[in-house]
Amino acid sequence: MILRPRLEDIRSIGYYLGKIIIAIGLTMLLPIAFAIFVGEINPALDFLIGIEISLIIGLVLTKVCFTERDLNWMQGMVVVSLSWLVAAALGAIPLYLSGHWLSYLDACFDAMSGFATTGLSLVGDLDHLSLTHNLWRHLIMFIGGQGIVIVALSFFVRGMSGAFKMYVGEAREERILPNVIHTARFIWLVSFVYLALGTLALGITGIFIGMKPFNAFFQGLCIFMAAFDTGGFAPQSQSILYYHSFAFEIITVILMVLGALNFKLHYCLWMGRRREIFDNIESRTLFVSILVVFSIVAGSLSHYGIYPQALVLFRKGFYQIISGHTGTGFQTMYPGQFFGEWGHLALIGTICAMGMGGAVCSTTGAIKTLRIGIIAKAFIEDVKRVILPEKAIVVQKYHHVKDIFLDDKQVRSALLITLAYLIIYVLGACVGLLFGHPFLNSLFESTSAAANVGLSCGITNPQMPALLKATYMLQMWAGRLEFMSIFTLIGFFVAFVKGR
Amino acid sequence: MIDKHCKFLLAVCLFFAWRGISFAQPLSSEELIKKARTYDNKPVVYAGEVIGDIMFRGEYAWINMSDGKNALGVWIKSGLLAGITQTGAYGSRGDWVEVSGVFHRACPEHGGDLDIHAGSIKLIVAGKKLRQELNKQKRDIVFILLGVLCLVSILRLIKRPLKAK
Repeated sequence: MILRPRLEDIRSIGYYLGKIIIAIGLTMLLPIAFAIFVGEINPALDFLIGIEISLIIGLVLTKVCFTERDLNWMQGMVVVSLSWLVAAALGAIPLYLSGHWLSYLDACFDAMSGFATTGLSLVGDLDHLSLTHNLWRHLIMFIGGQGIVIVALSFFVRGMSGAFKMYVGEAREERILPNVIHTARFIWLVSFVYLALGTLALGITGIFIGMKPFNAFFQGLCIFMAAFDTGGFAPQSQSILYYHSFAFEIITVILMVLGALNFKLHYCLWMGRRREIFDNIESRTLFVSILVVFSIVAGSLSHYGIYPQALVLFRKGFYQIISGHTGTGFQTMYPGQFFGEWGHLALIGTICAMGMGGAVCSTTGAIKTLRIGIIAKAFIEDVKRVILPEKAIVVQKYHHVKDIFLDDKQVRSALLITLAYLIIYVLGACVGLLFGHPFLNSLFESTSAAANVGLSCGITNPQMPALLKATYMLQMWAGRLEFMSIFTLIGFFVAFVKGR
Repeated sequence: MIDKHCKFLLAVCLFFAWRGISFAQPLSSEELIKKARTYDNKPVVYAGEVIGDIMFRGEYAWINMSDGKNALGVWIKSGLLAGITQTGAYGSRGDWVEVSGVFHRACPEHGGDLDIHAGSIKLIVAGKKLRQELNKQKRDIVFILLGVLCLVSILRLIKRPLKAK
C-alpha cells in the first residue's frame, strides 16, 4: 500500500526549500555589487528583480511551512530535486530580463545548464552581453559545481542530520570529513584557493596575449569558474578559440583536470599524501580512459588527414577530449566542424569520453570513473573465476583513499547507475531523431546534455523545438543529480496521487 | 586550332574570373565553417564587427570579427589596425570592417585554428558607444517588489512576537 505524504512532509519540504531559495536569492547580491562597481545600471535592476522575487518566495515558504522537525531521507531527496528546478527558474529571471534570450524557457535552459555545469547555451549575441550577466552565468556554474545545497549547508544551515540527506541527494555520497557541514566548507576552501590561483594565472596570461588588464582578469575569473567546475560557458561566443593562445589552452586543461578529480583526492593531496593520485582507482581509470579514447580519436583524425601536422592534431584532438571527458565543454573549434570534418570514429570516441566523465564527489557529471573502474574490476574478477581452479578463492580489491574489497553490492550499484545513464543518453538521442537529426548527431548532443558536458555539434540553438529544449533540460537535471533524488520526487508525486 | 586554344583560354579566364568574383564577395562565417575544405588556403573576403579585445602580438595582432552568426579570428599586421577605434562589447557597437586575406581551415601556424590571415582591412561602418538609459519599467517593478518584500518581512516580524506571547 502506498502512503499519501502527510501535511508534515509537505511542510518540511516547503520549509527547507524556502531556505534554499533565500540562499539562491542572496547569491544575486554579488552580481548587484559588481553591476554597481562597473556602472551597469539596467543589469543591476535585472538582478534586483531576481533577488526580490526569490526572497519573497523564500520568506513566504519558510513562514507558511515553518517546522522544527528534521528532514527524513524522502524529504531530503525531494528538497534537493526541487531545489535545482527552482534554482533554474529563479536564476533565469535576470538572464531573461537582459533581452539576450528569446524566451523565458531559453533563459531557464541556460540557467539549468549553468547550475548543472553543462555549458550548452541558447544565448543570443553573447559578445554584447553585459559583464554582470556574464558574471552570473559563470557564478551559477561555480555554485552548481559545488552543489546548490552545499551553498545552503555551508552558510545557512547549522548542523542537522538532515543536511547529510540533502548532501547525498546532490550526488555526493562521500564525506571528506566526518561532519557534512565541515565537508561542504572544505569543498569551498579548495575551490576558493584554486579560484585565486587560477584567476591569477589566466589573468596574467590574458595580459601577455594582449588583452586589457580588466578584461583579462574578469574573463580569467569567468573561465576559471567554468573550467574548475567543469561547466563550459565562456564569456565570448568563440569559447576558448577567442584567445588564440596555447598557454590559455594549457591552463584550462589543468583546471579542467583538477575539477574532474574527487574532492577527497584533493584532501589527500593537501594533506601531503601525493602517492594517492597514482594509486587511486579513479585517477588510474581516468588516465587509462583518456589514453584509450584519445588513441581512437587521434587514429581517426590521422587516417582522414584532418590536421596538417601531428602537433596540431594533438592540440586539437587532446583539448576536445579532455574537455569532453572532464565534462567541461570548452571548444577550440566550431560546433559545425565536429560533423563537417571529424570522422564518425573520432565522434564516437568523443561521445565515449563525454559519457564516462570524471570522479565522483567532483564537479563533473556522467557515469564517472569510479563506477567504470569498479565494473572493470568486477569483470576481471569474473574472468579470474573462470580461469582459476574452482576451489581458488578470488578476492578483488581496489584503492580509493583506502583499500576496499570489491563486493556485489558496489558492483550492482555501479552497474545500475551506468545503465541509467546509458538509457538517458539513448532516450535523448531518440528525441533528437524525432526532430529529424541524424542518429550520431542526436547521440552526441544528448550525451553532452545528460553527462553535463556542453560540447555541441550544432543542434543546440535558440531555434530548436521547445520539446527538445525541455528534453535536454531534464537530461541535465537528472544527469547532475544522478537519478536517485529524481526517482524519489517522482515517487513522491505518485504517492500523492495514488496513496491513501 | 588557334581558335580552339583561344576558346579554351577564354573559358579558363572566365572560370577564374568567376571564382575571383565569387571570392571577392564577403563570405559569411557559416559558409566558411561549413565549406572550410573548399576555401582552405584560398583568398577570401570576410566582413563583420570587431568584437572584444584587439590582441597585439608583436608585429601582428588578433582581432575577432562577428558577422552576427559566428565570430572568426583574423591574424593581421598591427600597423593595419590604426583605423580601428571601437570594438564591440556591452554598451558599444564595434567597427564593421571588411578584411581580405587567406582562409585557413586548420592553420598550421596557429595550432590548427580556423582563421584568416588578412592582408588588408577596410572600415565599412564606424562603431559607437551606445547610451545606457535607465529602463523605467524595470525600475518601477523593483519598487513594487520592494514594497511586497517589506510587507512580507513586516508580517513575519509581527506574527513572531504574537506567537511568543
